[in-house]
Amino acid sequence: MVDIAIVDYGMGNLRSVYQAVRKVAPAASVQVTDDANVIAAAKRVIFPGQGAMPDCMRELDGRGLRQAVLDAARNKPFLGICIGLQMLFEHSAEGDIPGLGVLRGEVVRFAHELKDAQGNKLKVPHMGWNGVHHGAHPLWDGIAQDARFYYVHSYYVQPGDTEIVQGTSDYPQPFVCAVSRGNLFAVQFHPEKSAAAGLKLLENFVNWNPV
Amino acid sequence: MLAKRIIPCMDVTAGRVVKGVSFVELRDAGDPVEIAKRYDEQGADELTFLDITASSDDRSIIFHIIEKVAEQVFIPLTVGGGVREVQDVRNLLNAGADKVSINTSAVVNPQLVADAAARYGSQCIVVAIDAKQVAPGKWQVFTHGGRKAAGLDAVAWAKKMQTLGAGEILLTSMDQDGQKKGFDLALTRAVTDALEIPVIASGGVGNLQHLADGVTLGGADAVLAASIFHFGEYTVQQAKQHMAQQGIEVRL
Repeated sequence: MVDIAIVDYGMGNLRSVYQAVRKVAPAASVQVTDDANVIAAAKRVIFPGQGAMPDCMRELDGRGLRQAVLDAARNKPFLGICIGLQMLFEHSAEGDIPGLGVLRGEVVRFAHELKDAQGNKLKVPHMGWNGVHHGAHPLWDGIAQDARFYYVHSYYVQPGDTEIVQGTSDYPQPFVCAVSRGNLFAVQFHPEKSAAAGLKLLENFVNWNPV
Repeated sequence: MLAKRIIPCMDVTAGRVVKGVSFVELRDAGDPVEIAKRYDEQGADELTFLDITASSDDRSIIFHIIEKVAEQVFIPLTVGGGVREVQDVRNLLNAGADKVSINTSAVVNPQLVADAAARYGSQCIVVAIDAKQVAPGKWQVFTHGGRKAAGLDAVAWAKKMQTLGAGEILLTSMDQDGQKKGFDLALTRAVTDALEIPVIASGGVGNLQHLADGVTLGGADAVLAASIFHFGEYTVQQAKQHMAQQGIEVRL
């Protein structure tokens, strides 16, 4: 049984996530896996994702991992990252497809022709370091208010339940970048690529014991 | 709000970081892993490695470097140089790169950009464009390290790359590269205004004001520089403080 399973469904590069988790939890057993049994037995699960959500959903199902991810999202410490956050919701405008439906709400695209307060064009994908306004949650322990995290995405989540929101960033309007419910926490940014703040969040996750 | 990024760039050959002037006259700048760690400590927002190795025999060196850097540095890493097929993209991502930069091969085979973006996502595909001014307000694309004219208009080419799935454009002015006189701001502005994806300005940085100008005048989303950081003239932190003083949002 591994301490931390990183779900591998063939989309994107999980080495960064693995390296960052090893860094904050050197004594833990960490495995990048596409084995539903390993995910089911793991103490904690990290659910990353890169690329387009339709491809991610197809690959997840193609590897027979849907049920293992659904179960983990309901019964053990679970961290979704980027598309791994978006897939938890009911529907995505990217490809107009259903998600896993663990959380109520939609995934929508940033508008075209976005501009900042000075009238400068804002690019999509939203790529780079943005400040996160966060609430009180064990995963934010030791992370300064408005600390910057690294993002790269064109779509963002609009939860149906506002009480699950744990963080927002501005581009230029506030969008939800972190949610939690019980044993589940999920973020739009990449903690594995967010230097000290990101490592701190991962460290908080590996030490988190949700009730 | 989103910060403008400062990206130190390391040209790597035979396991060493080097810096040339206008694509020639290489000068040794040190060990890539050590330099990457130093820039990370100084607050670099990303790191870019360009493998400028001429011989394909030495290609494996870059993989070892990226693996070592990725174990120790937790910010995005972009790697370019010699990417010819989707398998090259895959190998670099597996070594620890977060993004792969495609330059000459995008011109030779534009489908590579589409295929790589479809397989690994636009977020990890950077198209590098080396551009040279041919008339006022007109720039042409060059390939093979700047030796060969591609017969393409730089702005139109950048738009095509966006359409094919590039997530970002790394735009280098060959006229300015190594000259330390600042970016080609007109080129930067022309490309960034034409695109919806982010543009990294590159080529010509000689002082900190050049970096700020790339953002405020050129409209770049990120600025890339090499020699001003490699040879200790300035730290990344000093660059960010200088930009912040001019009201540019940076990650301090």
